Amino acid sequence: MDHPQPVLFARGLRVGIAGRTFCRDLALSVRPGESLAILGRNGAGKSTLLSVLAGLRAPDAGEVCLAGSSYAQLGARRSARIRGWLPQSRSEAFSSTVLETALIGRHPHLDRWDWESDADARKARQALAAVGLAELAQRDVQTLSGGERQRLAIATLLTQAPQLYLLDEPLAHLDLNHQIATLELFAALNRDQQMASVMVLHEPGLAARFCSRALLLFDDGTTLQGSSDEVISSDSLSRLYGYPLREVGVGELRWFMPA
Amino acid sequence: MPTRRRALLILAALAGLSQLSIVLALMVGSIAIGPLDVLATLLDGNGGVAGEVVRSLRLPRALTGFACGGLLALAGALLQVLLRNPLADPYVLGISGGAGIGALLAIVLGLGVAGVNGLAFAGALGAMLLVFGLAHGEGGWTHSRLLLTGVIVAAGCGAVVTLMLAMAPDDRLRGMLFWLMGDLSQTGDPQLVLILLATVLLVSLPFARELNLLARGADVAQALGVAVRPLRRGVYLVASLATAAAVTHAGAIGFIGLIVPHLVRLATGNDQRLLLPASVLAGGSLLVIADTLARTILAPQQLPVGVLTALIGVPVFLFLLTRGAAGRG
Repeated sequence: MDHPQPVLFARGLRVGIAGRTFCRDLALSVRPGESLAILGRNGAGKSTLLSVLAGLRAPDAGEVCLAGSSYAQLGARRSARIRGWLPQSRSEAFSSTVLETALIGRHPHLDRWDWESDADARKARQALAAVGLAELAQRDVQTLSGGERQRLAIATLLTQAPQLYLLDEPLAHLDLNHQIATLELFAALNRDQQMASVMVLHEPGLAARFCSRALLLFDDGTTLQGSSDEVISSDSLSRLYGYPLREVGVGELRWFMPA
Repeated sequence: MPTRRRALLILAALAGLSQLSIVLALMVGSIAIGPLDVLATLLDGNGGVAGEVVRSLRLPRALTGFACGGLLALAGALLQVLLRNPLADPYVLGISGGAGIGALLAIVLGLGVAGVNGLAFAGALGAMLLVFGLAHGEGGWTHSRLLLTGVIVAAGCGAVVTLMLAMAPDDRLRGMLFWLMGDLSQTGDPQLVLILLATVLLVSLPFARELNLLARGADVAQALGVAVRPLRRGVYLVASLATAAAVTHAGAIGFIGLIVPHLVRLATGNDQRLLLPASVLAGGSLLVIADTLARTILAPQQLPVGVLTALIGVPVFLFLLTRGAAGRG
């Protein structure tokens, strides 16, 4: 396969918050069809880096490009047709139905005076069905459980239909079956539709299984990046989490157990 | 989410309600005038004393009331989105407090209606700029910081207002209290506020869908293609100017800006494309009806309309609050 233009490209990136620097001179590129896992301890800067990649925060140094243009060049609206961002947590101040919430994903595709069409509603319903929320379309979002809210946020992202999915802890609040279903959903988008994804994960075994590449953010501000097969190992993970981990093979799958 | 067709039907119904409320305001008073006579005096421009009463007393007052109610409801709806707080109202950020200081100062100094209005508007603008500057300060402009700054500035203005009341000469107190409670008896030409109302609504409507997203959080909105920074500033500016204009014309009328967006939201959902114009129509109608009651219940004595909106608003709000809690429980 030839090398298409990266959908996400960053170089010289320095990201920090409140006087702490998480990474320096980080270079990163994600091509269509690729998936990148970001691993690191609590407070290692995973979410901050992801929001910089999503254009929601300015980096301390360096540049981020989306399909060859900076966020400033693209503007908010065109950016939103290329990249989608799954927040780590969200709260709803006002009540609205599940379907209405999924429909906000169509916003960047609608003109100023457009109202959501039947086609938009169909897309939203398909997305809700994909995360198993089709039955709850008319429920008030304020009555949903944590896991249901998370799946609704994923459905909103699917309704947005970007080319690049930036997922901040996509598995938060999900039970095991929904965790695997969610990762398989995004893996299918990578494989079948050449979508790209970057996701913050806490389970290195799932990262090794579902993501082609991984980025490890160490506490001292250094990073390690490469294919998941190479980068995700018991040595690097033991250093990453500051706790000895042992690799266990089950068939083709690799899991990492606290030793 | 309402369809466009359903939204237009709801707006048409509310527009009918608005017209009814204004016709009612023109009919009722010390001289009762029948609906046909009201229409006749409006259309052909004479009709003796009754025509004079309708055209030069009741009509300007009803139209000013409608415009102020619409402005307050619109400002409330906008601020509830901006602050992501369903309990926000147009006065939460201290604009009415600033206007109050200006207006009371003018009353103490014995200035006329123009002076009171001018100083009230200057005070409102002063409070608005102060809150905006302080909340901006350094770093981010979060809704919680804006809310806190506004509440503190409002509290400061409240203290100054109380101080002025305590020190004011007795013969001015009644006028000052009426202004603070909200009063439509001193209104002049309604043209300016009506134009302002139309302008503010027309400026807000193109951004209504973006406001829907802003209500779900700044980051979510930004990620979905809303330029959050300029939108927030614009909303703050528009809501503040709307509040300042309403307060300048009619004093600090309470509860319209809090209750009306809530009522509309409960009835039609939280789509700003419908909520903003519906709030304008409902807020305007409510204030016209309340003002009609205010000048007739104890006639010939006139009550400050702010007392009536609060008397109507408090039980309605408590009812909605308990109903909402039961529905969720």
